Parts: sequence; structure tokens; C-alpha cells
Amino acid sequence: MPGKGESVRVVVDLTRCQGYGQCVFMAPEVFSMSGREALAYDPDPPDAQREHVLRAAAACPVQALHVDRVSAPDPDRVPDPPSPDGDGFRRTGRVVIVGASLAGMRAATVLRREGFAGPIILVGDERGEPYDRPPLSKQVLTGQVRAHNTALPRLPDLDAEWVRGTAATGLDLGRRCVRLANGRDVEFDRLLIATGTRARPWPDAAEAALDGVFTLRTAEDAFRLRRRLGEGTGRVLVIGAGFTGSEIASVCRELGRPVTVAERGPAPLVGALGGVIGAVAADLQRTHGVDLRCGVSVTALEGEAGRLCRARLSDGDTLPVEVAVAALGAVRNVEWLEGSGLAAGPWGVACDAGCRVFDINGLVTDDVFAAGDVARLPHPLYEYQFLTLEHWGSAVAQAEVAAHNMVSGQARRWPHLALPVFWSSQFGVDIKSVGVPTFADEVMITQGTAKEHRFVAVYGYRGRITAAVTFDQGMWLEFYQGLIEQAAPFPPRFRTVDRSGAAHPVPAEVPDRVLASHGATVVVTGHDPAERRAWLVHRSR
Amino acid sequence: MTENGVFGRILAHGGRTDPYPLYAELRTTPVTPLEDGSYVVSTYREIVALLHDPRVSSDRRNLPETFAGRETGVAGRSPAFIALDPPHHDRLRRLTMRHFGPPGTPGLVEGMRPELTAIVTGLIDALADRTRADIVETVAYPFPVTVICRLLGVPYEDEPRFHAWSTEIVETIGPGEDDMAERQRRRERAASALSEYLGGLADARRRAPGDDLISGLLTHDDAEGGMSVAEVVSTATLLLIAGHETTVNLIAGGMLTLLRHPEVLERLRRDPGLVIGTVEELLRYEPPVHFPATRVALDDITVGDVTIPRGAPIVLALAAGNRDPDHVRAPERFDPCREANEHLGFGGGVHYCFGAPLARLEAQIALGELARRLRGPRLVADPPPYRPSAALRGPRRLLVDFDGVNPAR
Ligand SMILES: Cc1cc2nc3c(=O)[nH]c(=O)nc-3n(C[C@H](O)[C@H](O)[C@H](O)COP(=O)(O)OP(=O)(O)OC[C@H]3O[C@@H](n4cnc5c(N)ncnc54)[C@H](O)[C@@H]3O)c2cc1C
Ligand code: HEM
Ligand code: SF4
Repeated sequence: MPGKGESVRVVVDLTRCQGYGQCVFMAPEVFSMSGREALAYDPDPPDAQREHVLRAAAACPVQALHVDRVSAPDPDRVPDPPSPDGDGFRRTGRVVIVGASLAGMRAATVLRREGFAGPIILVGDERGEPYDRPPLSKQVLTGQVRAHNTALPRLPDLDAEWVRGTAATGLDLGRRCVRLANGRDVEFDRLLIATGTRARPWPDAAEAALDGVFTLRTAEDAFRLRRRLGEGTGRVLVIGAGFTGSEIASVCRELGRPVTVAERGPAPLVGALGGVIGAVAADLQRTHGVDLRCGVSVTALEGEAGRLCRARLSDGDTLPVEVAVAALGAVRNVEWLEGSGLAAGPWGVACDAGCRVFDINGLVTDDVFAAGDVARLPHPLYEYQFLTLEHWGSAVAQAEVAAHNMVSGQARRWPHLALPVFWSSQFGVDIKSVGVPTFADEVMITQGTAKEHRFVAVYGYRGRITAAVTFDQGMWLEFYQGLIEQAAPFPPRFRTVDRSGAAHPVPAEVPDRVLASHGATVVVTGHDPAERRAWLVHRSR
Repeated sequence: MTENGVFGRILAHGGRTDPYPLYAELRTTPVTPLEDGSYVVSTYREIVALLHDPRVSSDRRNLPETFAGRETGVAGRSPAFIALDPPHHDRLRRLTMRHFGPPGTPGLVEGMRPELTAIVTGLIDALADRTRADIVETVAYPFPVTVICRLLGVPYEDEPRFHAWSTEIVETIGPGEDDMAERQRRRERAASALSEYLGGLADARRRAPGDDLISGLLTHDDAEGGMSVAEVVSTATLLLIAGHETTVNLIAGGMLTLLRHPEVLERLRRDPGLVIGTVEELLRYEPPVHFPATRVALDDITVGDVTIPRGAPIVLALAAGNRDPDHVRAPERFDPCREANEHLGFGGGVHYCFGAPLARLEAQIALGELARRLRGPRLVADPPPYRPSAALRGPRRLLVDFDGVNPAR
């Protein structure tokens, strides 16, 4: 355990957190609730808070709070018996991980937990210690937490070689080595690709270079944006109302700054949650004083003396603005894989459900794995469509599967069958999602009411439940997760608490996508990653 | 009606001393139908699932006629939020939370630490010239009761009056051996008396508000609206009873468990930080609440291979779930260093114990101080006598001999 004088490292698995608030009672200076269920915390509190934080960790009813390390070793898991292909590798293999952030770090931890004794080389192009990104658009922008204080819990006994501040620039599969920007070649027996994504820049380079134009992906981005949000009073323009854009707008309102959100689509969050729930998000924004303009794009950013001062919108309006944040989504960090012969491109790095990467012909490799925001995996519950998830929980789950499979023989591989889970907190509301809400033709509010911004929405596709989204109702999510895994019928007809009489399914208004039709449905069973399996069931309805 | 089978033996008074072997037997059928049409659920995963299942109601007014009289509230009185479902439950709980915790008053409970320590110090000081004491009477009971009275603004002098009502209400809660209708009548009488008393108090506070929780509930009014007087009275009744009848069992049961595990007691003396894990493990190993309020199935609910029919009462055996070997390793071992100790001591889901942060702090302080200050404590009788309730289980008396009392810090 780290000695006195150091700080405490805290990370809350907010996909597990159900907003019980016990941690806030125990350590009110470290944890806080904004609104009814949305938890915020200081990931790096002073050592004086250690005892409070330990009390908080002990009190968390779902044990979602980790202190000083990412996850406890799992003493209950019986190690796999020796197997000819997996076991030798465990002792003598050599693993290289490119991308030293959430997924990369988690994979390294799990490799050790699985008993991997060989060298691990972690290559990352960022200079500092690995850190957690979700606070960057929340507590950091409000000023509650400093931008460089979101470090992930350290791993005292990881025993890995760190190559920091150095990018990987190429991959030679024939020689099994990764080329680094400093000219060094690093050899591997197995490779994990965890290079994530970066912010999509504002398309006009000259406008993007104006002082006052920002994007948000890294701690450095957050540091710069926070400084500007903290010191001025003028209008902020947020371009794009996805999760990151919406959270930034929320922070602006919390800080009392006027903010305009320009969204090309019909409502905020449409790309993730569809138009019906997007309309609720729009209402939430407007209730909190956001000047939300949907169906509107920004046509130009204009400056004077190199400083941003105006934005022109497609609705004809010209706005004086002090700050503009382009929240246009992400670009996958795959350039370094060009010419490697892997199936890597703008869509991400395609791999099988075991996180093994496909080569360009669609054949699966056996020594190159991918996890996190950069990975693109098929999901059996969603008709084997390839999904890139870009969620914290998915990065963790995929890293665990990838690491396990790297050191396990054929017969003991795990499939990544975890349902996508996501959270966001904005305007004092805790939004959670399980499943794939865009894989839907209808949606229905089953509990609570949209008007109060407090509800459970269930998504259905061709008569089965495929996703659920909660606004401040996170405690119910697991129940709906079970229904998704069982491919339970949609619309749900059972009686529940908090059901308003008017509940009925409506078109989900999800963005167009090709949805194949099947006569069969896949269900998933099992809780532990080792026992999760997909089954094909033929249903006659 | 008397229940036969394992569950009947659990309810029978003889089951109080050590119900755990019976729970193990119960767990062999995760969902056990009882003769009266209700269902007992005893395995961890299934209990957690039902605590988070929106088809499960805590509002006994949803019980069909055939079960009428089974723990329904008192006619005409508005049920407290423990017996309501969302959205009414959520609204009342949120309004109450404004005066107890986050987001409104996040530092309140933690800020009570010095006051709590002072109360415990005083109670233990009073044992200084003795070598034998009933821990229940001298510490475990008066401590949390003093605290809840101060929090609510209820005069401690009135304690003997509402103590009797509270006990009567609690001893008739949950499944019991004797006649349901008779239990219901007894509870109703006591509940009327208690809410009449608190109604009077609320009247006085409305005229002259103090800085206590009842005054806060009565006067707070914002965009969301406030509470009606009837709601304030039912909420205060709930808090008074809940703060009265549970923590006492955690402290007394905790002391009993520590005296049965002297090596842990010794470690606790040397390492005060161990009390955090000790209290969590006690909430798993010897939880004060074995059965929370009975639930009602709003629809047919299939659990494993059993379908609980719509309208059936559901009993969640929290204490059995806490020792489910499919959930925890070596469940029968008392281990204050257990990692990731997820337990059902405070229930789960929307009804998760409102007072949990306070109860934790109280137990941590009381057990920490008892361990540090009592010299050479030993049990006079093992097992001690138990209170009659199967739902809220705990020692009636806990006689302990000791060689002296260490000075306060
Ligand atoms: C502002 C913000 C808010 C978020 N909020 C939420 C939220 O509320 N809920 C949620 O579920 N998720 C949220 N996310 C998403 C979540 O943070 C990501 O899913 C997660 O960070 C993915 O981890 P990763 O390790 O796959 O990728 P990353 O964190 O992107 O890490 C990739 C790493 O690889 C490095 N790298 C890239 N290329 C190279 C190279 N060639 N050589 C060496 N290193 C390289 C990068 O610099 C980076 O350090 C948020 C993300 C951001 C940016
Ligand atoms: C060790 C002590 C305690 C234990 C073990 C305990 C246990 C529990 C349990 C298991 C429940 C869930 C009931 C259900 O699901 O039906 C509950 C609910 C509740 N408890 Fe506690 N409790 C304790 C102390 C307290 C204290 C001190 C207070 C008051 C300050 C309190 C107030 C409440 C309230 C108000 C509820 C109802 C919550 C709701 O319905 O939302 N409890 N408690
Ligand atoms: S679930 Fe755990 S982490 Fe989340 S608010 Fe509650 S105590 Fe805190």
C-alpha cells in the first residue's frame, strides 16, 4: 500500500454504480451527487481522505468503488488446468500492448491475474500516467477536479516495461514486431491493439486553428478547455449534440455561461438513443437554458486577429461566440496499422468475438488481439453485426476477454458476450443504457414518465427487447438487461410498479441502418465470463 | 395458520438461536412455496434479482382479498415509504433525504461523528465501576435510540412510552408463528398510539419549528412540493421504528460475534481500521434484518423453474442469501477482511436502507469503543436469550463479564 503523503487513487465503475449514494455519506469531500442519481468524484483526493474513501469503498452496496487499484484479484476463480497450447505461453511468451490507456492497462492487469509470467511491454504515445477520460467532460470542466488528476489506479506489482510518449508507427506481422516512432522495433509473441480513438477535428484547418476552438479527448484538451470556460463569460458554441457535446453544454449551464448547441440531426443523442428519447434530451437541454438548435449546422467559424469571435449557422444566424467546441465524434487510431495486412480501417480494427483480429481477407489471426474503442466486434445478440462501442464498460470487458484469450488454449477461450453498457451524466440526470438502442424499430416507456425526465425506456426490434435506457432509474437496468439476454418479447406486457396508463410502443426513430431479418433469435446465458454462451433458438410466434 | 417444514422451524422460537443450518436447508429449494400461498426466496442471486424487479411491489395494498390482513398498513393512514412503490416511494424518500443526505445535506451523517462518539463514551464510562453488564441495556439500545431521537427532535424523556409501541409493532412484523389476524390487531393498536404521539409532536413543531428532521419535513416546500402532515407522521414513525429496532441488534449481535471470535477482537484492538470490514462482515454474517417487508408479485414471475403467481406474497430471506455458497466463499466463516463484500444486510434496490450510513457509523463507533475499552470481556451465557421476532433478529440480553474499563481517549 502506498505510504503517507501520497494521494489516494479512486475509480468508480459507473456502469455498475446504481446511485445509492453511500459513498457520498462516507466521504462527502470526495464524492458528490449532482441531481438525484448522478455521481461525481475526485479520482485523486489527498491522502487525508484515505480513511473516508476506504469507508466509502466498504459501504458501496454493489462494490463499484475501487481504491488504489483497478480490480481486486478474483480469488474465487479456479485457475484453468494446464493445457498444451495456453500453458507454455503463460510462462515464456512475450506480450506487447499498444495503447496504454483504459483497455491497455486493464489487459495488462488481467494478464498477470491469469498467471502470465513473461514480459509485458506497454507502448503509449501519451507522456503522463494513464488516466480516466469520463471525468474530463464532467468534473474536470466544472473545475471540481483538476485535469491532470484523473489518473487510473496504479498497479504496484504489474511488472511491465513502459514505453511512454512514443507512438507505434508500424506493424510487421511477418517479423512479429511493432515499429516505434524512435526507430526501435519491439518483438512480440502476442500483440494487443488498444489505440482507441481521437477527437474528430473541425474540418477547416484554418478555422480549427483559431484561438478559442477546441476538441475534447485528452487530459490536455480538458485542461485547456477548462481554463477557458473558467475565465470568460461569453457565449460557448457546442457543435454536435452527442454525449460529449451534451455534457459540455451541461457544464456550461452549471457554470452559468450562455451556450448554443448546434446539432445537424433532429435532436440531441439521436445517433445513440433514437429520436424519441432524443426529444426528451432536447427538452432537458432547453429546460436548463441551452439555446439548442437542431437541424442546424455551423457553416463557418470566424476570428479576428487569430481569435475566435463569430460563428455562422445554416439557419442564417450569426452568433458572437467566445469558445467553440467541436464535438463531432471520434476517429479511430489505426493509421499505424496501414499496410500491416490487418482488417483495420476507418471502421476500426475488426475482430472476432474473442477479440482476435481479422486479417484483410477476413481470416482470423491467432496472435493479434484488439480491445476498447478501436475494436470492432460482432455481437451474437445483434445478428452478428460488427459493433464499435466506444464505452468505458466495453473497453474493460473486451480487455478482460482479450487478455484471457491471449494466454488460453483454444478450448478455453471466452467470447465477448457482455452487453454494451453506457452512462452519461448531464443536467443533473444520470443516463444509463444497456444493449444497443439503435438496434430497434420501436420504443416504449415502461416505468416513470418522460415529462419528469425520470423513466425507463425499452427498445424492441421485430418483437424482442434489444435495449433499455434509464434516466435517473439506474437501479432497474439489470432487470431489463436480463430481458435483453433472454430475447424477451417486445412490447413487454407485464405489470410493473410506476407504470403510467398511457404506456405503449412508438416508432423509435433510429437513424437508418440495414437490419437483416431472421427466423431465429440468439439468446445469451451465464453470468461469469467463463460460462457465458450464446444459443440459437428458433421461435414460432 | 402454522407453517410446517423448514420455514416453520425457522419461525418457531427455537429457530432464533441458530437459524443458519435451517437456511442452508431452505436454499436447496431457492424458491419455496408455503402452505398459505406465499413464496420464500433464499438464494443470493434470486433475491438480488427480485429486489430489482419492477414486477415486485412493496405495497401490500396490492395483495388480493385472500391475503387481506397480512401486514397491510393501518386502515385510513397513509403508508410510510417502506410500504409504497415508485413513484410515491421515490418522492417521499427524496423529500426525506433532503434533510439527511446527498444531494441536499451530504455532510450531515459524517458531521455527527463527534456527537456519536461522545454518546458512546458516556455510556461506556458509566460501566467503569462494574464488572458485569448487559450490553443491550447499557449500550446497544440506548445509543441508537438517543441518536434517532435527537435527529427527529423527539424528547428522549418520552422514550419509555414509544419504546413499548415500537417493540409491539416490530414483534408483529413479518412472518410469525402465531395468528396473522391477531398480530395485525396488536400492530394496529400500537401503530395508532405511536402515530397519535408523533402527530402531537408534529403539531407542536409546525407552530415552533426547530432544526430537527420533523420540522424540516413540515416546513420544506419547493418546486417539488412538500409533505402533507399525514405523510410527515408516517415518515417519522418509520424512521423512529427503523432507527430503534435494528442498530441495537447489529451492535449486540456484533459484540456477541466478536466474543465468539476472540482473535478478531484482539486484532480490532490493535488495528482500529479493521472495524470497517468487521461491520460489513457482521451485516453479512449476523444481519439484524432477516426478512424485510413482505413483497407482492404484480405479475407471474418465473424464478428458475418456479413461477410465482400474480398476487402472491414473497418473503426474501436476506440472511439466507448472505450465506449462499454460490455467492461467497466459505460463507460460514466470519472474516472481517473479506474483499468485495457484497451483502444483503441493508436490502437492495429502491428500498435499500435509508439509514444505512448512520447505522454503519453507529456500529463502527460502538464496536470500536467496546473493543478498545472493555478489559478482558467474556460471555456469561452462550447463546444469549433472543428477542421473539424472526424478521428482526437479535439478542434480548447480552450479559458480559469484564475486568474493568479503559479510560476514554
Ligand atoms: C470526454 C470523454 C467522456 C467520456 N465519457 C464517458 C462516459 O460517461 N461513459 C462511458 O461509458 N464512456 C465515456 N467515454 C468513453 C471512454 O472513455 C472510452 O470508451 C475509453 O477511454 C476507451 O478506452 P481505450 O483504452 O479503448 O481507448 P483510449 O482511452 O482512447 O486510449 C487509447 C490510447 O492509445 C494511445 N495511442 C493511440 N495511437 C497510438 C499509437 N500509434 N501508439 C501508441 N499509443 C497510441 C492514445 O494516445 C491513448 O492513450 C468518454 C470519453 C471521453 C473522451
Ligand atoms: C444496522 C441497522 C439497520 C439495518 C440492518 C437496516 C436494514 C434495513 C433493511 C434490510 C431495509 C430494507 C427493507 C425492505 O426492503 O423492505 C431497510 C429499510 C429502511 N431503513 Fe434500515 N436498517 C438499519 C438502520 C436504520 C436506521 C438507523 C434508520 C433510520 C435512520 C433506518 C431507516 C430505514 C428506512 C426509512 C427504510 C425504508 C427505505 C425505503 O423503503 O426506501 N434503518 N433497513
Ligand atoms: S453504487 Fe456505490 S459508487 Fe455508486 S453512488 Fe452508490 S455507493 Fe457510490
